[in-house]
Amino acid sequence: MCETCGCNITPGNEHLVQADGKHARTADGRAAVEVLESLLGENDRQAQHNRYHFDSHGLLAVNLMSSPGAGKTSLLEATIEALGDELRIAVVEGDLETENDAERIRAKGVDAIQIATGSACHLDAHMVHDALHRLDLADVDILFIENVGNLVCPASFDLGQHRNITLLSVPEGDDKPAKYPVMFRAADLVLLTKSDLLQYLDDFDPQRAEGYLRNLASNAPFLRLSARGHGDGIAPWLDWLRAEVLEQRRRVERGETVHPDIQKEGAALHAGEGAHHRHHHAHGHDHEHGHGHGHGHGHG
Amino acid sequence: MHELSVCLSLLEQVERIARENGAERVERILLRIGPLSGVEASLLANAYPLAAAGTVAEHAVLDIEAAPVRVGCDDCGAETEAAANRLLCGACGSHRTRLVSGDEMLLARLELHVPDVENPQSDPGSVGGDRLL
Repeated sequence: MCETCGCNITPGNEHLVQADGKHARTADGRAAVEVLESLLGENDRQAQHNRYHFDSHGLLAVNLMSSPGAGKTSLLEATIEALGDELRIAVVEGDLETENDAERIRAKGVDAIQIATGSACHLDAHMVHDALHRLDLADVDILFIENVGNLVCPASFDLGQHRNITLLSVPEGDDKPAKYPVMFRAADLVLLTKSDLLQYLDDFDPQRAEGYLRNLASNAPFLRLSARGHGDGIAPWLDWLRAEVLEQRRRVERGETVHPDIQKEGAALHAGEGAHHRHHHAHGHDHEHGHGHGHGHGHG
Repeated sequence: MHELSVCLSLLEQVERIARENGAERVERILLRIGPLSGVEASLLANAYPLAAAGTVAEHAVLDIEAAPVRVGCDDCGAETEAAANRLLCGACGSHRTRLVSGDEMLLARLELHVPDVENPQSDPGSVGGDRLL
């Protein structure tokens, strides 16, 4: 992830980087440099920085991902209606074009920043960071980041969130977790939305959908919701959120943070932690702030 | 279709490392990509020339090594190969597995043309080992 702290070094690869200070040479005399950095190192550094912001404000940051039309914005509207008096909510909306979703959220009395990505199929940590400067995080308990509707690309970009939520709506079909394993494997929680349609779309088998999720070795809770005010409702989701907000406050008190359970190669590379572990998790370690986007603040 | 973003990010890293090592040009880039990284190697290879045009890595050969999907089982301890959408233990069928390999998206190695290390034996101090990290 970052070459400064050596967190990519594991017992399996450290021999590659613990040379005696010389370049290895290829047969034809080129200098060879073993790197072993994530291809998204720049994004990951920015994400780490965003997470630091979230933690310093004690808020829970949640990344909502799904295909377009799975009901992310409707779920947020219903969530704001249910929790608006109890928890302070803000929303970052990602879409290719329009302010429509942000306007729907603002109509519920909650701050929303729209990111129009143009043609980009996902949000990245830099886009989210720019949006954060337009929000007052001091007054927020939960920040929802509604990613671009897309079951592929958003799964690869860490935004600094604490938890990934993936929505699967009934009209999409129950085999989506088998078709899009990268996305569903990234989820800390999977929400089966539009469950009120199960009675009409009876070829959707919720147990089969959950089975495909378990085939990804995922232990993520699988909750059935209907945001339209009848049928299953959204109570289990609200309970999950309340518990996560409390858990995040406890973590912040202990000076800890959390990533989504599956953070790309991070999980595998950190498997060899221990004697070789050189990554100190305190924030503010050698962040590089010269990536061309202006910073008006420093680390506290 | 995020491969171009990934390529641009890769090029930033490559240019930085080339600069740190005083390289005149980058000859070869080796990536290691697993199917669960969400990045498609062929799309990445197609996007690369666009992203690299005009950079120190413009003429570099891009090699992409595929990482297999392998899981380790918490129940029986076996390490087995798996399909990207079926990460169960190949030996006992358990769901309690950890991914051992398959979600890598790594810049593994760079080969550089470095004018001032033509003869590294006579001048080992010219390239610091710390830069290897």
